[in-house]
Amino acid sequence: MSEAIVQLRGVSKTYTRGKQSVEVLKNLDLEVAKGDFLALMGPSGSGKTTLLNLIGGLDQPTTGSVIVAGENIEQLKSSRLAAWRGRHVGFVFQFYNLMPMLTAQKNVELPLLLTKLSASQRAERARIALTVVGLADRASHKPNELSGGQAQRVAIARALVADPTILVCDEPTGDLDRKTADEILGLLQTLNRQHGKTIIMVTHDPKAAEFASHQVHMDKGALADAPVH
Amino acid sequence: MKYFPLLWATLWRKKTRTWLTMFSLVAAFLLLGLLQAANSLFYGGTINLSANLLITQARVSFTSPLPLRLLPQLEAVPGVEQVSWSQFFGGVYKDPKNFFPQFAVVPERWLKTFTECTLPAEQAEAWKGSRTAAVAGRQLAERFGWKVGDRIPLNSQIFPLKDGSRAWAFDLVGIFDNTTADSCPRMGNMYIRYDYFDEARLFGQGTAGIYVLRITDPNRAEAIGRQVDAMFENSPDETKTQSEKEFNLNFVRQVGNLSLILNAILGAVFFTILLLTGNTMSQAVRERIPELAVLKTLGFSNGGVLGLVLAESLLMCVIGGLVGMALASAAMVALAHAPVSFPPLRADATVWLIAVASMLGVGLLVGLPPALRAMRLSIVDGLSGR
Amino acid sequence: MKQILAITLMNLRAIPQRLGSSLVIVIGIAGVVGVLVAMLSMAQGFGATLKATGKDDRLMVLAGGVTSELSSTLMPDILPLLRELPGLARDAEGRPLVSAELVVITELRRGEGAQRADVNVSLRGVEPLGLQLRPEAKLIEGRWFTPGLREVVVGKGAANQFQGVQLGAVLKFRGSEWTVVGTFSADGDAHESELWTDANTARSAFGRGGSASSMLAQMQSAQSLPGIQAAIKADPRLQVDASTEVAYYSSQSQQFTQQIGMLTSVVAAIMAVGALFGALNSMYSAVSTRQVEIATLRAIGFSGLPVVLSVLTEALLLALTGGVLGAAVAYVLFNNMTVSTLGANFTQIAFNFAVTPELMQKGLIWATLIGLLGGLPPAIRAARMRVVEALRGG
Repeated sequence: MSEAIVQLRGVSKTYTRGKQSVEVLKNLDLEVAKGDFLALMGPSGSGKTTLLNLIGGLDQPTTGSVIVAGENIEQLKSSRLAAWRGRHVGFVFQFYNLMPMLTAQKNVELPLLLTKLSASQRAERARIALTVVGLADRASHKPNELSGGQAQRVAIARALVADPTILVCDEPTGDLDRKTADEILGLLQTLNRQHGKTIIMVTHDPKAAEFASHQVHMDKGALADAPVH
Repeated sequence: MKYFPLLWATLWRKKTRTWLTMFSLVAAFLLLGLLQAANSLFYGGTINLSANLLITQARVSFTSPLPLRLLPQLEAVPGVEQVSWSQFFGGVYKDPKNFFPQFAVVPERWLKTFTECTLPAEQAEAWKGSRTAAVAGRQLAERFGWKVGDRIPLNSQIFPLKDGSRAWAFDLVGIFDNTTADSCPRMGNMYIRYDYFDEARLFGQGTAGIYVLRITDPNRAEAIGRQVDAMFENSPDETKTQSEKEFNLNFVRQVGNLSLILNAILGAVFFTILLLTGNTMSQAVRERIPELAVLKTLGFSNGGVLGLVLAESLLMCVIGGLVGMALASAAMVALAHAPVSFPPLRADATVWLIAVASMLGVGLLVGLPPALRAMRLSIVDGLSGR
Repeated sequence: MKQILAITLMNLRAIPQRLGSSLVIVIGIAGVVGVLVAMLSMAQGFGATLKATGKDDRLMVLAGGVTSELSSTLMPDILPLLRELPGLARDAEGRPLVSAELVVITELRRGEGAQRADVNVSLRGVEPLGLQLRPEAKLIEGRWFTPGLREVVVGKGAANQFQGVQLGAVLKFRGSEWTVVGTFSADGDAHESELWTDANTARSAFGRGGSASSMLAQMQSAQSLPGIQAAIKADPRLQVDASTEVAYYSSQSQQFTQQIGMLTSVVAAIMAVGALFGALNSMYSAVSTRQVEIATLRAIGFSGLPVVLSVLTEALLLALTGGVLGAAVAYVLFNNMTVSTLGANFTQIAFNFAVTPELMQKGLIWATLIGLLGGLPPAIRAARMRVVEALRGG
């Protein structure tokens, strides 16, 4: 097994809403190797999105440690964590979450605003990312002028553009038809196989999970079985 | 500023709303510009006044004349460098709407007293050389398009000529100016010669309206004023001496609660605008919560998101404000040429200062609550639209 | 009709949920109406005071070509001629009912702190017949001045605006002392802002010889005026203007009323534009948050008109609420507030703000117009919404 890029040790997460508290993750251990394409599966409410949020540094665990890209992120302060996300994590969401008022090009450039790159370097990198996802000719379109599949490609380009350590995808094909979904999943697979991107993808769709190298099943806040190697 | 395209795009996310809010801001700042200019017209005349000038008036009222025989006593007061006197002429130029003040003065004394105003030497000589000569401030001359050599007819509302007629006429021989920027607060006035005026008027000979004393040390203004007033106490010619600034402020305060009311209006306008813009901003941020959460996932820090929202609100207020002020300036230019009985309004540095401060103030005030909300927003809640 | 009512009620019930933007309309319009009514009531009050001054059967004579008493001087040689003008009424002893009066300006203190100022107040020297000429002038405290003594009576308005003029107080003019011996009222007219004394006492104290500022006379009737004016014109010695007392005081209010009127319309118009955009904004957002509701109604068969009317009704109700609020605030804060300002005669005139029903009505008309203009475009947009798209919430 190659080097682990994600290491979760004894992670629990409890949400408190009013008087009720719900334990979403229970004492969970997980390792993801560099260059892996992992599908996190499970019914809704099983805690897979919460797990993904912890790995992506969007949320912090109640107990346990989360080490991603060599950083113990559960200890980072929010400003450090934000900078860390910018450097190491690329996110792809179910509903694309593009900025509606920006063109595809500008959407992709967004994460680069946080780097020291010049305006022309940013434009160039964004153009390359759009080319990788096959949308170079749609650079000047706004999200509402794109189809769902195209919008998701732009979102993937945005996730890629800063060359993050891991790509975190939450139901990336949940809003797409089968054919388009397969295209997007194919794109992710290519990124994984040819560009060596580590990808962690949450999905409830077994067909989608087949594109991954490994699958992990979750149920009631715990891993249902050990990852198949 | 690399974030500007993002800001700009965000600002125009809902075009109708941004335009409407912008127009409201423009209206508010148009009003602010005009009312502040009016306010500074009221008080502005007092800002640049020289601290070296004292005004001695009749205690009973500055409209009651003082006799010329007080002159030697005034000149003898230690610390008084120069004494000039002036009588308000009350002339009407063509139409009562063209109001501007004229005073009868002695040229030699005037030139030595009002040293903050400058008159070219040959024009000063011409003034001293002809009895019907008069000089006008640059601003006044420009207002009516006067040139040296013009004959200015004035109908005095107060002083008839010996034959009972009120139709006076004067030859404009000079136009005086500032020595340094805004040093001469008399640029809207006209000065005629006292000797000619006194001889030609039907009544009132041998009296001056007020005396203007130039003193060497402004710190002694109060002491000198007291000394002057003490000399004439309990005589029919009791005097009241105060700095020119005090004199003019008192003049303005006579209008009384009106300027207070102007300020109350501005208060009402700004309260309304604050509410309106504030509502727009909080709406804009509420709608954008998922987007803000996405920005955070991309690595924007909490402070960065706060900054973006604040910058957007500031940008909106500054644009609206600048357009409003530009309109106000244009309106003032138009007003200056319109046939109304309004003295020329001008958006001077003070007005702009107040305007810019208000733009930033409103921008911060309305931007801060939604910006704080954006800052505190948790990504997980934001993404799920909660 | 039932449709309209149903939708309107539904909309109105939703107002509390959109309190912020509804408040924008209410307060924005309240601001406009408040400012409008307050400023108009100032002009109204000032005008009312001056228009209440004088009678149309009394003659006012000023030096020719001047517009105010302050700048007018009637030389002593023509006064006897003026007293014998035809058409003037006479008293029981056959004397013409005439008062040649001297008006000089004195300074009194008004206000405290930053507002403190020495303001110009008229001191009017009145001849004995002057009191008889003005039956509206009534003593409310003390007694009238005694001719020959340095005594003054103070108008009611002056007494409550200026300091140091209470009964028994001593004023100092030109080195001599004057005692306040009474207070008078004059039906709320401009004279209530003055100090009155005996004409001859004033002339000698202020060194005015035998001259006067103006002459007031009782005409036999209002119809006597043309005859009097003709007699003046016929005599080349008389370089004077004669008009009725009412005409003189009305002309005095004109400039102020005009200036305030102009200021009011400029300020209120700009504010109204600002509030209009605010109202449009709020109504657009009200419509867009209710997009799905409205589309659902359209889908189940409601027509466009009730949608338009319901949005308009909401805008109008909010606007009227704002209008009433603004007018009420203006009434509470300003009605009957006494202020004094410089009048055309360069002296203080005290007057009361008058928030009349007509002004409030005017304010409400503005509110209605703003509400209507602000509600109409969003209402039309709501009615034109494509039902299918709207249902998707897009």
